[in-house]
Amino acid sequence: MARAVSTQRKIAYTAAAWAVGLTIFFPVFWTILTSFKTEADAVASPPVFLAADWTLQNYADVWSRSDYPRFFWNSVVISIGSTILGLAIAIPAAWSMAFVPGKRTKDLLMWMLSTKMMPAVGVLIPMYLIFLWTGLFDTRTGLILALMLMNLPIIVWMLYTYFKEIPAEILEAARMDGASLRNEIIYVLTPMAIPGIASTMLLNIILAWNEAFWTITLTTVDAAPLSAFIASFSAPQGLFYAKLSAASTMAIAPILIMGWFSQKQLVRGLTFGAVK
Amino acid sequence: MSTHSTRSAARLMVSPSVILLFIWMIVPLAMTAYFSFRFYRLLSPERTGWVGFNNYTWFLNSPDFWVAITNTLLLVGGVLIITVVLGVLIALLIDQPIWGQGPLRILVISPFFVMPPVAASIWENLFMHPQNGLLAAVSRGFGTDPILYLETYPMVSIIFIVSWEWLPFATLILLTALQSMSSEQLEAAEMDGASALARLRYLILPHLGRAITVVILIQTIFLLGIFGEIFTTTQGGPGNSSTTLPYMIYKQALIAKDIGRAAAGGIIAVILANIVAIFLMRGIGKHLDT
Repeated sequence: MARAVSTQRKIAYTAAAWAVGLTIFFPVFWTILTSFKTEADAVASPPVFLAADWTLQNYADVWSRSDYPRFFWNSVVISIGSTILGLAIAIPAAWSMAFVPGKRTKDLLMWMLSTKMMPAVGVLIPMYLIFLWTGLFDTRTGLILALMLMNLPIIVWMLYTYFKEIPAEILEAARMDGASLRNEIIYVLTPMAIPGIASTMLLNIILAWNEAFWTITLTTVDAAPLSAFIASFSAPQGLFYAKLSAASTMAIAPILIMGWFSQKQLVRGLTFGAVK
Repeated sequence: MSTHSTRSAARLMVSPSVILLFIWMIVPLAMTAYFSFRFYRLLSPERTGWVGFNNYTWFLNSPDFWVAITNTLLLVGGVLIITVVLGVLIALLIDQPIWGQGPLRILVISPFFVMPPVAASIWENLFMHPQNGLLAAVSRGFGTDPILYLETYPMVSIIFIVSWEWLPFATLILLTALQSMSSEQLEAAEMDGASALARLRYLILPHLGRAITVVILIQTIFLLGIFGEIFTTTQGGPGNSSTTLPYMIYKQALIAKDIGRAAAGGIIAVILANIVAIFLMRGIGKHLDT
């Protein structure tokens, strides 16, 4: 709702809005800044804002001295794996609910949403035991399954809202021209659905990457992703601030960048299509 | 019109999702219910048996329980109020004609993409740490003693951290809703002499109603399960002062290894979440068009 205003007012609004924005962003900025400081500068008092000797040493240290690469790799495999598996199961479901809706479709969608209401702690014990019994505990396969199921309702909902915007007339036209169901999906539906599928994929990679309940409770060492690693990076003894900042920056950087690209789709995805 | 065969094909395509979600819901829930009536401790596996409602009685009478319930409600309520109120104000500000709205949106949304353990760890160490934190340096700058944020005010500190994570989400959704508003209506109101406050009260807030409902629903789902932030910072302490219901159940299950009692806690959490959900779904059901 842009309206014409005087330049003076525009300057005032701009200054105020940027002040708020920079304040909100400051902790992220400070973390990134600290990651390039020496450990001594990182805890200097009064704090050093533009320290003299910038260094990349913290990144090298974190990457080489800890098991960091393994945690990072686990995060990649688990977030991408659970998203792809989720899409494979959700795409047919969302497709049929959008194009062949039955009397129960709305109820079914609301029921799927309601499964998200179930607090994870309510099923923590069985999941923990089932994972111990089946050998899925502390494996990437186990976490892929758990996170896929956790996000499945969101994936179905998000795809459904995108698919519903594809005009059904186009499909009917293709059908009248004699296209088989298979051709209809491959040549007509897929090209139109790809933007929606891509946004869904991006959002779910973000959600899976940042997940911090199942990753903490269902792993110990082998399959632990970054969220579990950072959570146990506690007991701050000695000089470790710069390294913690470097480890944190590497953990959030890929998602931050993906998030910036997908922020418009994020609104729609996380509000189940209610706000566009 | 869909033929009979497409309809059965459609059912076939929906069923994997439905079956998986059904199993994911029912099997663990049934097991939790079963365990909640059993004596089951991983550290004394030789002893088993039915104990009736003993696990529930223990859980409900535990001094931690009411603290956990209060803290859970404080956390959800506190974060909702902070994020919705500030979210509306910030969205209104960003929606004004300003320079650099695009980059600003990116700055504001960023905290939402920071994974909870990292967010908690940044605040705990780089900001709230009593010796080396930035806030301690600020206190020293004013010549006052640094505040032990997480030790003295654990719940307030956690509510603050979680609000920082969720404020961007609320702001972005409210901003998106604001931008879909027609400017003609606002201009007409302005020309008719409606004050800024009147425009907010009678035009903007009603328009945001649906978005606010959605923000409350989605955030409540996530906030009821807040875990990573507490695990990373206070571990529920000092004492039990920042223990929430999820954290209390986690402690019973994975630290005390008392499956029976933890399961009783799980069932209580499910019942409470359902009470909240019924109210929310009733509110949101009207707003979601399917």
